[in-house]
Amino acid sequence: MTTRAGSRAEDLRLAKAPTGISGLDEITGGGLPRGRPTLVCGSAGCGKTLLAMEFLIRGATAFDEPGVFLTFEESPEELTQNVRSLGFDVDDLVAQKKIVLDYVRVERAEIEEIGDYDLEGLFIRLGLAIDTIGAKRVVLDTIEVLFSGLTNTAILRSELRRLFRWLKDKGVTAIITGERGDGTLTRHGLEEYVSDCVIVLDHRITDQVSTRRLRVVKYRGSAHGTNEYPFLIDADGISVMPITSLELQHQVSDERVPSGIPRLDVMLGGQGYFRGSTVLVSGTAGSGKSSVAAHFADASCRRGERCLYLAFEESPGQIIRNMRSIGLDLQPWVDQGLLRYHASRANQYGLEMHLATIHKLVQIHDPKSVVMDPISNLSQVGGRADATAMLTRLIDFLKVKGITAVLTCLTDSQAGLERTDADVSSLVDTWLLLRDIELGGERNRAMYVLKARGMPHSNQLREFLLTDHGIELTDVYLGPEGVLTGSARQAQEARERDAETKRRQELEARQRELQRKREVLEARIQALRKEFESDEEEAQRVLAQARDRAETIAEDRHRMAISRKENRR
Amino acid sequence: MIENTANYLEDEPETRNDGEVWSLRLYVAGQTPKSVTAFANLKRICEEHLAGRYTIEVIDLIEQPQLAAGDQIVAIPTLVRKLPEPLRRIVGDLRNTERTLVGLHLKPGKREW
Repeated sequence: MTTRAGSRAEDLRLAKAPTGISGLDEITGGGLPRGRPTLVCGSAGCGKTLLAMEFLIRGATAFDEPGVFLTFEESPEELTQNVRSLGFDVDDLVAQKKIVLDYVRVERAEIEEIGDYDLEGLFIRLGLAIDTIGAKRVVLDTIEVLFSGLTNTAILRSELRRLFRWLKDKGVTAIITGERGDGTLTRHGLEEYVSDCVIVLDHRITDQVSTRRLRVVKYRGSAHGTNEYPFLIDADGISVMPITSLELQHQVSDERVPSGIPRLDVMLGGQGYFRGSTVLVSGTAGSGKSSVAAHFADASCRRGERCLYLAFEESPGQIIRNMRSIGLDLQPWVDQGLLRYHASRANQYGLEMHLATIHKLVQIHDPKSVVMDPISNLSQVGGRADATAMLTRLIDFLKVKGITAVLTCLTDSQAGLERTDADVSSLVDTWLLLRDIELGGERNRAMYVLKARGMPHSNQLREFLLTDHGIELTDVYLGPEGVLTGSARQAQEARERDAETKRRQELEARQRELQRKREVLEARIQALRKEFESDEEEAQRVLAQARDRAETIAEDRHRMAISRKENRR
Repeated sequence: MIENTANYLEDEPETRNDGEVWSLRLYVAGQTPKSVTAFANLKRICEEHLAGRYTIEVIDLIEQPQLAAGDQIVAIPTLVRKLPEPLRRIVGDLRNTERTLVGLHLKPGKREW
């Protein structure tokens, strides 16, 4: 990550002190500049103190770098209490001599300035604290308070300049926090003195939804992510999310994962979705999108793979109850820890925050599959373009992680079915479209595969039935009036059954007729044969008689000759 | 603030019980010109206005750095009026006697702030 400035770059490669704050080290390419001060500025309540404190605590606990926290605003008790709610036990670390908390109180009402002075007292206190525990890290929060406590800005400025130089000489990695000024990074121009690394925190409200963002404005001698990154403050401290790498270089898998609906797997070339692919299930209201998603979640858990279910419309309890009605019991998976629900209203917080939350949940739960139900609500939060950008980043992130994602999306039948609210259609690999077919006074569901990248798939519409044992896909009938579904299909089936029966009966009748004819023929042949046999017998008899007579004649003639003593010679 | 001023006006220093002992503490960091000047100025003011009823304790933070936190010392030199109450802090080399007297509530005056 470090840039090379000149040929000696290798030797001069900037040493970095990891912050241990998830995401921040990725953005900064390893942490804050080691042995140098970093300015963290932002408006009130943007999380400066917390970021600084986490830097110190992680340093003390994870990197064996003790730290000094010099607070100018809050008393150590307040500070300890504030960070305890975020899961940090500072008291314990103080007792272990890994952290020193010192409260520097500068109250203008109590101080009179007469003549020349310097801030050596502050230096001595800081120096003592550093030396007591061998601190490698220092936080000054917020040193600008000095400007409201002391009036001689000329002295303050030269002393601050000396302080930051002194910190560098001490070789401590420091965070100096500063309040955001009007048009400047800090109210008193601290950025003038701290020029190695500047991080700006921001707490913005758009459409009444607030999002925290972090940006590395400057990092001398190092490449760094320059975007604004959303970050979260929750029970585990800060997490920054550095996903903007839209590099399209993720690993692809040939492995297939079943969709949980056997017939759908068949439609998708027999095996289901590609692992790590993104599947969009879009459809009108009540077309069964959630059920398709739930089947996938169920199949995932059935294989023993963890699944993260992000619900933006229904509570987990409601989803489980509803799925039970189609014979899908998801509760055991929840109990086994395979299925993790995260339910939040889409407009509960900003898109960036959703992204950050999902990012974090994925990190914690480490799922193989993710269901988002539905994504269409997100575009109501930040507008269409923002929602698309957010989903692009999310899909990218999931792909890099090799997570199979099923996203459902509500489409407006008026606006056209093949159009999704968030315009993510081009991002997804497989698109299943659920639609209603109105025919013969009823509304039935049908599904087809609109696209499936990289796999042969059925181009046929299937009727989609929600039965008490899950989703069933059946063939639809194509009649002269178009696709037949529901009772029209059943009627058609009945008609076809009738016709079939009739045909079979006709066939059987024909066979019987043939058989009879054969029998008649056989009988006639038999009779003719008999007739012929008797004729032949008669003929033989006549012939034998004739022969007998000829012989008798010859004999008689011979005998006559003898008796006549015929002697002609 | 206003309250303090009001208190101070009630406790007109000149009308005070002269037996009250002033306990002053001067924080320095080594023998720097500023510290030396501050001590000299303080000594002079005390001799002129509080002769015989003051104590000055000089604390060198280079020798005793751990004492800096107790009195919330940031700037050097800092003069702390421990007694009489309320506690007052004056930072600087005390080059302006008039203002020092006002700062110590030894003399009424208009505060700049």
